[in-house]
Amino acid sequence: MCGIAGLIHRGKSSNVGSELQLMLQALKHRGPDSTGYALYAENDGKNFIMRFKVGENVGEGSTSINEDASVYDKRKKLVDNTLGELGAKVIKEDQLTPYSFRYEMQFNDDLMEFSKKIESIESVEILSIGKSLELIKDLGDAATVSERYGLGNVKGTHAIGHARMATESGVDIKSAHPFWGYPFSDVSVVHNGQLTNYWNNRRVLENKGMRFMSECDSELIAVYLAEKMRNGATLEEGMKDSLTGLDGVFTYFVATKDSLGMAKDTMAAKPLVLYESDDLVAMGSEEIAIRSILPQEIDTYDPFDGEVKVWQI
Amino acid sequence: MANLKTAEKKTKAQSMGLHTEVLTGKTQQKFFNPDEAENFFYWGAYDVDFNKRTDLDVKDMNCKEANRRIDELMSQGYGTIVIKNPQGKHSLGVGILNKLNLIFEGSLGYFGVGSIDGPMVRVNGRVGWSCAENMMAGKVVIEKNAGSCFGAAIRGGDLICKGSVGARTGIDQKGGTIIVGGDAGAFTGFMMQRGRIIIMGDVGINLGDSMYDGTIYVGGKIGSFGSDAIESPMTKSDIDWLKRKLKVAELGENFDVSKMTKVVAGKKLWNYDALEPTEKKGAI
Repeated sequence: MCGIAGLIHRGKSSNVGSELQLMLQALKHRGPDSTGYALYAENDGKNFIMRFKVGENVGEGSTSINEDASVYDKRKKLVDNTLGELGAKVIKEDQLTPYSFRYEMQFNDDLMEFSKKIESIESVEILSIGKSLELIKDLGDAATVSERYGLGNVKGTHAIGHARMATESGVDIKSAHPFWGYPFSDVSVVHNGQLTNYWNNRRVLENKGMRFMSECDSELIAVYLAEKMRNGATLEEGMKDSLTGLDGVFTYFVATKDSLGMAKDTMAAKPLVLYESDDLVAMGSEEIAIRSILPQEIDTYDPFDGEVKVWQI
Repeated sequence: MANLKTAEKKTKAQSMGLHTEVLTGKTQQKFFNPDEAENFFYWGAYDVDFNKRTDLDVKDMNCKEANRRIDELMSQGYGTIVIKNPQGKHSLGVGILNKLNLIFEGSLGYFGVGSIDGPMVRVNGRVGWSCAENMMAGKVVIEKNAGSCFGAAIRGGDLICKGSVGARTGIDQKGGTIIVGGDAGAFTGFMMQRGRIIIMGDVGINLGDSMYDGTIYVGGKIGSFGSDAIESPMTKSDIDWLKRKLKVAELGENFDVSKMTKVVAGKKLWNYDALEPTEKKGAI
């Protein structure tokens, strides 16, 4: 089933960390396995923020193989060495859990080659790279993940998130949403639905040099849009193209450093409720997600089939 | 129970042309006999007074608690119940098989007032997916927009949305009337079997796809016709009925119903053929 939520404040920042937590917690019944946040935070915009993991959460409910925690240190050292070889300068590093890290760094070369090198290290996955994007995902509900990663006070302009019920792949972080739009900085995607031409598209995109880290069908949307943008399409053009390029049922959100978009398949098979005002757009799989941050009486609506919308901050 | 097989004197229902067939076997029974008025009421239905009014704040209740409380209030004779702070909660006001005047001051989530038979409902807000699904009778008015599957499988009553509705409005509809003041999404009237749908605005693609029967009236543009849905000429009785129905729905005071498009089933799908598929194969 899965639940998705997103919001964008236009012209100002807000506490998007706690707002998105409330929205995703309201959707917990749609997906209790894992929760993910893509927060577009108030950073200085000078350095890249790389969030990556060197292992999986093997706690209750996980389908990952249990590893000795000592391998995490070895992999982290390999990442540090590779960053040095690539000429990346780490300004600040934080270890958030035994298996996940946040680095602030300076880097000026091609992100695709950079990512390929880093991810060639066993079990290392870059969750996101961006100058404002902070992508966090882990097992548990929205409150659990928020508390684990200290997201309650994150201020920013916009955010998207996902409460996952695992159906197509395992209960693990690599299959959790949001997905980073590799190799673009600050691009993230969340999806509710099923894609039925996943393998056909994946084969084509892999032949074009794009990378998949999981077997979750939703990852295809991030890679699909990234490949379109890599070839010069705007975000909105890529999203409109996806309505025919992707087969199945879907409602998805995509966010960039300064915009937030939604797309709904031509069958309108997956739910979405939308609230739009001059200074705020909030949307979610169910109205209760919006009500969790806007309890007053408001006008909401369901976007129609095949609808694509993009908002700027 | 009357034995219809042996009864010499016609019952009132039979006089009205109902149940004239001879029923045999252990399943034979009598439905809706006007001679026995109590048959029209559900066992355990409450005798409520519309002038007895109360408020119910459901802000801190889950749907089960809220629905149980509505039932308790009906048992105390309250015939008008105003629900405060529904805040998009799911499954509120479901399964009410009673006469009741139910007002929601706010929006509902999924399956709002589903499986009802009899109440008059007004929602001063929006409703989510599957509003009034399986409704048997009564009147439901939504003041704002509605989600997908609006009025799925309803069998009777009037279901009105003054705003726009999502996809698959009236899917599997088996009776009653659905009226939409705004636009409707794709697959409106999908697999519709009986009843009528009125869309005053535009509709999306695949209108009336695989409809078996029933009638759809559209005031605006049609995205596309679904399989076996065809246009049919408007008649005077259509126009008269539409005027009457829209007045009841508090919609379209100056709306020219004569310009609406009427859509019905073409009945060309295999299931309308006189021959079963196996017989057809033999004939070929």
